[in-house]
Amino acid sequence: MSLALPRPASRRWSPRLPRPGLTLAGIVLGLAAAAVLWPSVFAGDPLAADPLHVLEGPSAAHWFGTDQLGRDVFGRVVHGARHSLSIGVAATAIAAGAGILLGLLAGLTHRVADEALSRGFDALAAFPLVLLALLFIAIAGTGTTSLIVAIGIATTPHYARVVRAQTLVVRRAPYVTHAVAFGTSRTRLVLRHVLPNVLGPIPVLAMIGLGEAVLIAAGLSFLGLGPQPPSPEWGAMLSEGRGYLHLAWWASVLPGCAVTATVISLTVTGRHLQNRFEGRNQ
Amino acid sequence: MITAIARRVASGAIVLWAAATAAYLALLAAPGDIVDAIVGDGADTPQIRSQIIAEWNLDRPAVVQYLDYLLRAAQGDLGRSYLLQRPVRDVIGEQIPPTLQLAAAAAVFGMVLALILAVTTRHRWVRRVSSTAELIIVSTPPFLIGIVLLSVFSFRLGLFPVSGDRGWAALVLPAVTLGLPIAGVLAQVLRDGLDRALDEPFAVTARARGLTERAVLTRHALRHALMPAVTLLGWLSGVLIGGSVIIEQVFGRPGLGQVTLQAVSNGDMPVVLAVVVLAAAAFVVINTAADLAYLAIDPRLRRS
Amino acid sequence: MIEVENLRVTFTGRHRVEAVRGVSLTIGEGECVAIVGESGSGKSVTARSLVGLAGPHARVEAGTFTVDGRDVRGFAARDWRRLRGRFAGLILQDALVSLDPLRTVGAEIGEVLQAHGIGDRRDRPQRVHRLLTDVHVPEPERRARQYPHQLSGGLRQRALIASAIAGAPRLLIADEPTTALDATVQAQILKLLAERRAGGETLLLISHDLAVVSKLADRVLVMKDGRIVEGGGTRTILAGAAHPYTKELVAAARGRRRGTTAEPGGVVAEATALRKVYGDRTVVRDVDLTIRRGEIVGLVGESGSGKTTVAQLLFGLTEPTSGRVRFEGADFSGVPERARRPIRRRLQLIAQDPLSAFDPRWTVRRIVGEALPRGENPEPVLQRVGLGADVLDRYPRQLSGGQRQRVAVARAVAPRPSLIICDEPVSALDVSVQAQVLDLLAQIREDDGTALLFISHDLGVIRDLADRVLVMHDGRVVEQGPVKAVLDHAGHEYTRALLDAVPTLEVSL
Repeated sequence: MSLALPRPASRRWSPRLPRPGLTLAGIVLGLAAAAVLWPSVFAGDPLAADPLHVLEGPSAAHWFGTDQLGRDVFGRVVHGARHSLSIGVAATAIAAGAGILLGLLAGLTHRVADEALSRGFDALAAFPLVLLALLFIAIAGTGTTSLIVAIGIATTPHYARVVRAQTLVVRRAPYVTHAVAFGTSRTRLVLRHVLPNVLGPIPVLAMIGLGEAVLIAAGLSFLGLGPQPPSPEWGAMLSEGRGYLHLAWWASVLPGCAVTATVISLTVTGRHLQNRFEGRNQ
Repeated sequence: MITAIARRVASGAIVLWAAATAAYLALLAAPGDIVDAIVGDGADTPQIRSQIIAEWNLDRPAVVQYLDYLLRAAQGDLGRSYLLQRPVRDVIGEQIPPTLQLAAAAAVFGMVLALILAVTTRHRWVRRVSSTAELIIVSTPPFLIGIVLLSVFSFRLGLFPVSGDRGWAALVLPAVTLGLPIAGVLAQVLRDGLDRALDEPFAVTARARGLTERAVLTRHALRHALMPAVTLLGWLSGVLIGGSVIIEQVFGRPGLGQVTLQAVSNGDMPVVLAVVVLAAAAFVVINTAADLAYLAIDPRLRRS
Repeated sequence: MIEVENLRVTFTGRHRVEAVRGVSLTIGEGECVAIVGESGSGKSVTARSLVGLAGPHARVEAGTFTVDGRDVRGFAARDWRRLRGRFAGLILQDALVSLDPLRTVGAEIGEVLQAHGIGDRRDRPQRVHRLLTDVHVPEPERRARQYPHQLSGGLRQRALIASAIAGAPRLLIADEPTTALDATVQAQILKLLAERRAGGETLLLISHDLAVVSKLADRVLVMKDGRIVEGGGTRTILAGAAHPYTKELVAAARGRRRGTTAEPGGVVAEATALRKVYGDRTVVRDVDLTIRRGEIVGLVGESGSGKTTVAQLLFGLTEPTSGRVRFEGADFSGVPERARRPIRRRLQLIAQDPLSAFDPRWTVRRIVGEALPRGENPEPVLQRVGLGADVLDRYPRQLSGGQRQRVAVARAVAPRPSLIICDEPVSALDVSVQAQVLDLLAQIREDDGTALLFISHDLGVIRDLADRVLVMHDGRVVEQGPVKAVLDHAGHEYTRALLDAVPTLEVSL
């Protein structure tokens, strides 16, 4: 007998956004993907300056207005998707890859190694992300590559801890005990039970993590530590437009909104998938 | 109890040692000569080079270099910034108060707002609106929030100064900007915690005693909901430290963030290392506070 | 006191669930009424609806609904609150989670007094102590200052009862009040409830266990799928149930011996002087155990008696501190896992919770297939345990509890083992399903001559299935022998205490 209380299924996992929100998130992600793949289809040259139309408000010709050099802000936002998102994707790939390796290592090895590794994850995870990235950039210098690696290192513990915890859960799961009853060897146990069950949730986790990576990347670029001008990176655009805030809010606020829309969409979609996944495995 | 405290102090010391060592290793890992790294973009003369070699014992064996560095750090001597031509301790020391002010104001604002949101927006559309707003806030880069607040309240309405750290008025917008994402995350965690606690059997028992829903919430559920929120205190310290770098930049406030950013851009390694060690110290303090908070909330953990 | 006609409770939400579909019941002053049913039958929801606690998304409708002579259909939250604690007290299953773990027992009991303004602030501690004394909690002053986790299971449950009776309610609603407890403690709590009843309180008992309520109840209502399928005097129901479902419950509660006439064969597994120490705790002390072919050996004990550790030692999951295990004539302890692997398939396991015993990503086909020689069709094995080919491509979570346990049996039987260790295999199942799984296990022993080590806290189940029984207490085997001999003429006082505590149907025929 479990402690069965009447608990309607809808209560526990109340969705963060109503259904239309999920649809909207899907559309935003679709647009973002399109902007990454074929930016030129949607917008012209992001670097073309037009000194005659400087800091003009949003209009039919320039949906998001123009910036201090007369460049089309919409075009720069569309082209910026490739910069901002590829930084996020690359950083997430590094973090997830390293996290899976280290997490498995901690979860599958002996207690001493596990203890050392997980203390390391804890310390790294607790350390301010931005500061960690700053430290790395201070050593490796500014630039897109070091930005990517910095964010990758800073977010690694996130995945490593999940993978380690999940590995330990699966290793102790009764179904692994049952596999022992069939004379299954350790290697086969890891391959057949541990890996699939541990890696299953990673894609969804990476999706939510991608949002976080994009957010940090924008922050560091805003500080001038990422792609240098005139690259149309969202955070860098904000930083450039900030000086003209009193004249033209659109040049900084609208690129910022692109970041927000992307991150929200990733989070909402990721959480939705996560809830479905967890519901399935309960 | 005494052993518990001793254990905390010891583990705090270990974290600090690890941070100092990691920072030192990072310095060694920097491309080029250590002397180059320490000089950074500062004036590079033979005198300065020999001064650095003397200060960091670079002519002695590596072990001595490392131990001496630890010893100096333990005594609070964080070296000298050759770029600024001043001891690091002074450079950082005078920037701590404005940052501490900002961090404390933001933390209080964020926690209070989160508590109010989680407790008051329990039902139907209010809950929905509130959780949607929290999601948007959490997903928005903090500098965008800052810029929007600036353009509305400073440029349009002229209510608050655009930059600087003079007076309380100048603290309002930065603190709100830094506190909003904290409120967003904490409110979500608290709300989830309340939902879970109100579903527990003890909540049913409490209702069956004739308690009002509000009493069940405040006397029973809230304490349970605080547990996961306390877990986030460590994260909170990270947000406050990391966030202040960006917020100070947006609002042109002096503080640790500005110093760090300048040091990073100019390759002023002694200052960067000191900031890292300082952040680790802040982390230790906040985590100790979190552990004490756990003990205060949950009697089940008090078993010695 | 309570009169309800055609009660319907529907949970609205993403999934609409009709939990209660037209229940009528009356409870008279001083009566003890029991609602019996399996999980999901709607018995708890019915009981909670009586105090307006059906849940946040519940829609409650009824033709007549009077509580204490008042029509509650138009009741506002305020009106309900005045009834709760004062007119009716609620006792839930497990005090560890039903009392707020972050508050002292005294604060929890005092809260009722405070909510209803009983007594003033200063004499509340005395009232709390008196209440604890009423439910026979020793040292009430000290206990009131403690937290639920610092009390034993029995004391905790008493404290929960004290908080339910603090407002001196006339009606006590007890929802599975003894389910989470060991048998001896269960008996004490039932005695306490009987005492309250004798003191004039009206009692509504909710349970899945007909035997438990038969001691106390005047009337029994049997619920299934949100309806009352049968109701009447306890004696009448037990003696001559009309509804097939009730008959099934009565039969399950009464128990049925599933013996064998075959003589046990050669020794399959043997444990000598087993001892297991964890840190400074000795969990298993000098346990000797022999299991022969075709034999069902019961291992009984309360939680913490060491019976599960014995199972782990036999299964080779953990090494004994001293002593040894032999299986099919070969050393099974003190050897590397590699040496055990060739005979691993001859020793199988069935656990209490079948869901966690399956990899959630595997289908039934793959789960059973793993236990069979490569390429062999899993259908015949499933047929043996009474499952059709339609479950082959389902995931464990898509099966019912009974189906899952059948799949677990199929997986254990498939490699034709000589011994199956069953660790509480039916404790998580509803009573009617329990009987089916026990039948199945008996059948498998009969057909294959497989030996079973059957571990349980439930003497009733052991009595129905095992040939021999070992009673464990504090890591020691305190008594052993043929089931009938041990259970009918228990020598050790602990065994007798266990036996006394087993709820049996009061009405014998």
